[in-house]
Amino acid sequence: MNWFPVWQRNFLVWKKLAAPSILGNLADPLLYMLGLGYGLGQFLGKVEGVPYLHFLAAGSLAYSVMNSATFETLYSAFSRMHVQKTWDAILNTPLSLTDVLVGEWLWAATKSLLSGLAILAVIWGLGLYADFALTLWLLPVIVLTGLCFAGLGLMVNSVAPNYDFFMYYFSLAITPMVLLSGVFYPTDALPDWLAGLATALPLTHAIDLARPLILGQLPTLPLLHGAVLLAYGGAGFAAGLALTRRRLLR
Amino acid sequence: MRGPPAIESAHAGLLGSGSHASMTAPLTIAHLTKRYGDQAVVDDIDLTIAAGQCHGLLGPNGAGKTTTLRLALGLIEADAGDIRLLGQAMPAGARAARARVGVVPQVDSLDPDFTVRENLLTYGRYFGLDRAEVEVRVPDLLDFAGLAGKGDASVASLSGGMKRRLTLARALINDPDLVILDEPTTGLDPQARHLVWQGLRRLIGKGKTLLLTTHFMDEAERLCDRISIIDRGRIIVEGSPRELIRAHIEPQVVEVYGDALADWRVCALDLCQRCEQVGETLFCYTTDPEPVIAELDRHPTLRYLHRPANLEDVFLKLTGRDLRD
Repeated sequence: MNWFPVWQRNFLVWKKLAAPSILGNLADPLLYMLGLGYGLGQFLGKVEGVPYLHFLAAGSLAYSVMNSATFETLYSAFSRMHVQKTWDAILNTPLSLTDVLVGEWLWAATKSLLSGLAILAVIWGLGLYADFALTLWLLPVIVLTGLCFAGLGLMVNSVAPNYDFFMYYFSLAITPMVLLSGVFYPTDALPDWLAGLATALPLTHAIDLARPLILGQLPTLPLLHGAVLLAYGGAGFAAGLALTRRRLLR
Repeated sequence: MRGPPAIESAHAGLLGSGSHASMTAPLTIAHLTKRYGDQAVVDDIDLTIAAGQCHGLLGPNGAGKTTTLRLALGLIEADAGDIRLLGQAMPAGARAARARVGVVPQVDSLDPDFTVRENLLTYGRYFGLDRAEVEVRVPDLLDFAGLAGKGDASVASLSGGMKRRLTLARALINDPDLVILDEPTTGLDPQARHLVWQGLRRLIGKGKTLLLTTHFMDEAERLCDRISIIDRGRIIVEGSPRELIRAHIEPQVVEVYGDALADWRVCALDLCQRCEQVGETLFCYTTDPEPVIAELDRHPTLRYLHRPANLEDVFLKLTGRDLRD
């Protein structure tokens, strides 16, 4: 629990700016979901047997959680590490770099959980689900997805020379992933080779868990999908820790 | 042979607080070496910081001062050598040792999103101190830092000097036995520097052990009981400021400037023990400045400054006058 004061520090700063933060977390994915869901949904009719808005709900949820964890571990963590020297200050206390990064990892996952909960509240409020009990399983899915992208984000952060560097990650990893992972349309719609590529992407696995749960079914391979998310997150975190150690403590 | 009286009495006062001499040294470093590639940034350093003393680590940029501090704190691993910090072998015992150390880093690392008080409370939590424990200490620390009444001010609203003092107060949150300060007054105006010095003297008065690095020789001379001059990763001399000045430099300096310097230089060599020309200035080091001054009075085109030798003269003599980057 040595990481807890690090988590708490971030939480207390967030609390000061909570209102705009929640609004920002909520507005973007909500606009996508409702705008595309209602607007595009008019033309699409049913997708995989359900109204498009229902289909899009799972994608929006996963996308929102991914974005939240990614932004926190890229821009916010970079500010703390590189600009404000918060991590350096903490390293002069009894806490270790592992404590700092575990605190950051869990904080980013917490923040993405809040984003996920906000979207989930809308899903519940608009009745975009088939079976309420099954939607409760979305909570662990949100946590796993948050840990996954927070871990990957910490890895990217550890090698970033400046803020501009993060555009590469968004342009080369996040945006293609959003388009390939079944956020907006089923991956079956892709050519075979792209669909194959999509199965290697973590966001695909998050959506493969979330979509059936929203549409009232059990995911087909829940353990596999969960394991993939954990593996990406764990590997990202481990690499991020090793690279940050080289960056700050050599 | 008259030194400035203020400095003399300050050192008499510090020498009086020798009651800690018998305690174990808070920091001992033996044969410490740290290499980056082929370059030994810290090269076989031995260093002992005595309890209750203020020890200064002086050196040009890149001499290895900050690296030595980071090694001592267990933040980086040495290539060779032993470090004992407050009884703990480093870096293995880093967690336990750092719990009793306060650090004032070179670069500002206060939390800009927090108020002054929140900065202290947050930092206290990193030491495992609970809120009540820290709350009790906060008024004293704010007082100490000259920030009484500023507890609810945002960090962004503080001046550079106030931020430094808050950083110093933050370093005391765990009531440390040893305070490590990396260039504590760099970038401060004279008023702010004096306030920081005042704070450091009060810490010394309370029996805290201080280890500081600095570029400012006057700072080292004012504060430190003992000084190690470090250059190219090695400690080249160690002693009290007065010992160093006595051992390495003539006691009086006459600095001479002016267009006619080149002609005058010839006769200066006969009048003092040692002469050194740096750019447009001639430094005459001597035990007896009277003949030099008498001679200078006959050359009204030359300007001069007569002063007692100080640590900066020792420093420049030992480390050279070349720029370091």
